[in-house]
Amino acid sequence: MIMRTKLMKTFPKRIAAAGLIAGAVLAAGALSQPAMASTGGVSTPHMQKWSFGGVFGRFDRAQLKRGLQVYREVCSACHGLKRVAFRTLSQPGGPELSEDVVKELAAEYEIKDGPDDEGEMYDRPGTLKDYFPSTYPNDKAARAANNGALPPDLSIITKARGYHRGFPGWFLDLFTGYQEAGADYVHALLTGYEEEPPEGFHLVDGMSYNHYFGGNQIGMPPPLSDELVEYEDGTKATVDQMAKDVTAFLMWTAEPTLEQRKRLGFQVFLFVLLLSGMLYFTTKRLWHGVKH
Amino acid sequence: MSGHASFEPTNKIVKWFEDRLPVLGLAHASFVAFPTPRNLNYWWTFGGILFFFLLVQIITGIILAMHYVPHEALAFDSTEHILRDVNYGWLLRYLHSNGASMFFLAVYIHIFRGLYYGSFKGPREILWIIGVVIYVLMMAAGFLGYVLPWGQMSFWAATVITNLFSAFPIVGEPIVQWLWGGFSVGQPTLNRFFSFHYLVPLLLYVFVILHVWALHVVGNNNPTGVSVKKDQDTLPFHPYYTIKDSYAIVAFLLIYFWFVFFNPNQLGHPDNYIPADALVTPPHIVPEWYFLPFYAILRAVPDKLGGVLLMFGALAVLAVLPWLDRSKARSLTYRPLMKGFFWIFAVDAVLLGWLGSQPAEGIFVTLSRLATAYYFAHFLIILPLVSKFEVPRPRPASIMDAVLEKSGDADEAKS
Repeated sequence: MIMRTKLMKTFPKRIAAAGLIAGAVLAAGALSQPAMASTGGVSTPHMQKWSFGGVFGRFDRAQLKRGLQVYREVCSACHGLKRVAFRTLSQPGGPELSEDVVKELAAEYEIKDGPDDEGEMYDRPGTLKDYFPSTYPNDKAARAANNGALPPDLSIITKARGYHRGFPGWFLDLFTGYQEAGADYVHALLTGYEEEPPEGFHLVDGMSYNHYFGGNQIGMPPPLSDELVEYEDGTKATVDQMAKDVTAFLMWTAEPTLEQRKRLGFQVFLFVLLLSGMLYFTTKRLWHGVKH
Repeated sequence: MSGHASFEPTNKIVKWFEDRLPVLGLAHASFVAFPTPRNLNYWWTFGGILFFFLLVQIITGIILAMHYVPHEALAFDSTEHILRDVNYGWLLRYLHSNGASMFFLAVYIHIFRGLYYGSFKGPREILWIIGVVIYVLMMAAGFLGYVLPWGQMSFWAATVITNLFSAFPIVGEPIVQWLWGGFSVGQPTLNRFFSFHYLVPLLLYVFVILHVWALHVVGNNNPTGVSVKKDQDTLPFHPYYTIKDSYAIVAFLLIYFWFVFFNPNQLGHPDNYIPADALVTPPHIVPEWYFLPFYAILRAVPDKLGGVLLMFGALAVLAVLPWLDRSKARSLTYRPLMKGFFWIFAVDAVLLGWLGSQPAEGIFVTLSRLATAYYFAHFLIILPLVSKFEVPRPRPASIMDAVLEKSGDADEAKS
């Protein structure tokens, strides 16, 4: 999927379609995977410390607010957030903005509505029930504005991305509960740009070199630079800080029930542990003296 | 042991009812008084665990179906809607998706237990074959369910798997188009897969009842493989095994809930959070982990039809297992040579699973071929030959003898 933008960008449509059919046939025959574009030189993201990782993980409210700010001031220029309703910004487990603040924030957006009684579509200010409006009217408009690349919607991007964990990584993950591969990837991508590609690397016009993107060529120019936003809480807006903040925010948009899930999970776990302990001793007692 | 009393209602209304439909008596005979070998170990608790997960899947599935929309433009959104907006929808969804994985984990343990202790051997052939049918139905249900969220992996898994049928000469193409309801995977496919995903578990349920019925006709096998000979070999199912099974089920829940609450997407694939797109093939199409060994077998063969036949053959060979193993001893405890081959086979199965997750290129193809060859060699060559020539170690005269021998006072055996 990482290849989506690149594929569409470098291949004329017809060739892409032909490749697709060939790919489908290959996949169908399940003889081999569709050929992967050159992935040489793609680095493995580093694991970051996330407040929402682990059994007791919680979002850092201040961080989510900063992340929301980065999204609104930077990412939203190209990327949508269409599955996120404004009302959720004040729900527990998220940025937990006050409802008044969210109402004001929503009203800053224009929402297309209608048709009205005259049959006309019209624009109105956003309300709590609305979702973040898309940046572009449709995918084609998005591609046209972005040199052929399609900026993906970011609502669930941290769950829709990851990186190859390899062995024993994937096996250990079963026990450590590591599930931040998507977040680590997004953070790595945002901070993984290089102004000059390595020598001998042919960078297509309009593309940028990124250590973590498949094929190392990405349609998105480096989105962050130091002091790009001015944080209300006074946090220094380094590239790394902004990348972390917006990634945390996008983890929340992808998994808005994460806190509720982990909290309930801990309670359920305690209960089941206790119950299984009691059943263990019941079983032991019952079978005591019964030869088996 | 004299706990095998029959059901005699004292309440007049119950008696009146029982005289007309003896369903309580049946339940009593099946799940209360049912004589069960006294020496079952914890590997025998997985039948109960499986039944529990069948119920979990059906209950969570019914509720999910109330919120899910089987439409190519809405399926993905409705799944997200369940995760975001439905009250405890995230819990239902994660219980269901991880429940499928736990179902397969438990069934694999259940199957390997049957292989180890010879539970497939007479008189349990039909019981075993029904079990193989259940396994195949489970795979169908798992696959159909995986398609429903209509993510990239859903879509491409559906494309790959349905295309398998095109390998068959003449009838292949019509079958595939009939499955699709058109000329590619699309709306009709999703809609009918949803229907099938609701149908298959009902069939599954019917076969599970047949499975339990057959079990109650021939009785449980046990770790010694020696048949039940006298009353004292057994204990009434309740309370001994109801309590023990409850403990096992609740303990197993710890594994289940670990995934559900703390890592609900680990057993899935990130690509399935990307909406299905017929124009973009994922770089690496992989099935759910529980299909991986068969996926490896499928890809091991350079010929498509051959691969498909071998994959189905890998399942079919299980059904004829009772006639491939000629040994008089059931349990591998008394068959040291076969026990060794059992463990090699187990490693081979895991190896196939790993190979199924790797790209089909280079060394992986060679290894897949070797592992596939060994898979079939185990059933078709090793099992018949070893069972013919291996002389089993002496087996205990009865279950009670084995139990007493274990606890160290063989004298009591005679009493």
